[in-house]
Amino acid sequence: MSLTNNQPLRFARQYKLQWETAQDAYVLLYPEGLIKLTGSAGEILKRIDGNASVLDIINSLQVAYPGIDLQQDVIEFLEHAHDKGWITVA
Amino acid sequence: MTKAGSPSPETVKGPLWVNAEITYKCPLHCVFCYNPLNYASTFDAELSTDQWLKALREARELGAVQLGISGGEPLLRDDVEVIIAEASKMGYYVNLLTSGIGLTEERLAAFKKGGLDQIQLSFQDSTRELNDFLSSTRTFDLKQKVARLIRQYDYPMVLNVVLHRMNIDHMEQILEMAESMQADHVELANSQYYAWAMENREYLMPSREQLQRAEVICNNFRACLGNKMKLYFVVPDYYEERPKACMNGWGSVFLNIAPDGLALPCHEARMLPGLEFPNVRENDIRTIWYESAAFNAYRGNSWMKEPCRSCDEKEKDFGGCRCQAYMLTGDAANADPVCSKSSHHALIADAVALAQQPRASDDEVRPLIIFRDDRNSRQFSHE
Repeated sequence: MSLTNNQPLRFARQYKLQWETAQDAYVLLYPEGLIKLTGSAGEILKRIDGNASVLDIINSLQVAYPGIDLQQDVIEFLEHAHDKGWITVA
Repeated sequence: MTKAGSPSPETVKGPLWVNAEITYKCPLHCVFCYNPLNYASTFDAELSTDQWLKALREARELGAVQLGISGGEPLLRDDVEVIIAEASKMGYYVNLLTSGIGLTEERLAAFKKGGLDQIQLSFQDSTRELNDFLSSTRTFDLKQKVARLIRQYDYPMVLNVVLHRMNIDHMEQILEMAESMQADHVELANSQYYAWAMENREYLMPSREQLQRAEVICNNFRACLGNKMKLYFVVPDYYEERPKACMNGWGSVFLNIAPDGLALPCHEARMLPGLEFPNVRENDIRTIWYESAAFNAYRGNSWMKEPCRSCDEKEKDFGGCRCQAYMLTGDAANADPVCSKSSHHALIADAVALAQQPRASDDEVRPLIIFRDDRNSRQFSHE
């Protein structure tokens, strides 16, 4: 299922994103496990707050990382996260 | 200098996962329990609330982030509320592993307020009769009620049903029960043969045919469910040709703290002879994790013997489980005999062959089963 651009996103009920100093990375916590996120995955997911939509997240990243065309990568990653059940439409 | 193959202190990573076994007391008497046989010997030596919080804080400082609060039945302690709230403040993802006995609405509300992230509720079977027999209690209806409360308070719920010869043929009903309870995750793992389950292994190990049937049911269910409910089905490692990567390696990610404060690299390690496990009363977690002889004993691969030493899969499964190697071969440094390369693999094959015998009737089996209870545990303590 693909995400639409304007709907706000949130984490699924059992998922929690957290910065971990010891690992110098964002981790995604869920029942019985955790995923250590890459730098770019962390940058994308930390922008999910229950209000921001796919477009908002892309815009915010575009401001933080000007001059890089990251739209396609962000959409693909968010769809991956959605397929995995990490995030959902708020 | 470190020995070749043993990790240098700089490359050892901190623990990620803490399992706090806050008490071995339990109202249930499950025949497959993995608590040590002599668990009753810890009753007079349980850690205080402050000792728990100190250990959890120290582990968190090393980077531990998943916390299981388990037992025994953790709800038998009246400080679970405090431990959950404090651990949550420390930044742990807090999971309560419970039989549901003692989980009142009042306590659920307090846990919610304290920041509990998840509840793992165990059932023994989809039928009242077998649930109550296997746990040697009358708890089935109570657990149903607790499951409803957990949903009402909107907790992510993991439903855990330990599978074995006596209940695995109820797979379909178990899955229907899980669906009707709206569980988020369902763990259907076969019992692993340690401690009480080892004592009862013959009565617990399913036949190959039972396993195959269960797996088909599980796959069909999974295909219908999609993302709605995640399903884990685990066959007994005895049916594998390669051992499990136990604990993802000794002293690699997992830290178990027993009710009496003993720090262990897994739930079962207490049984291993020749290792002096450190206690969180006397040592901080940093020293325990990085410096204690016990946590370094089977780190890396310099301790390995053949066939593990020259095996190209040693980085994948770490030679399997130390406790299983010790229990079955008498030497914890041997390959886990589940591995078909092990010279002791016949021990596994024989047990599996025995499990292919026709199932004895319940009336024949039931009197032979050893229940996990305090009287039996005290007897084991004296052996």
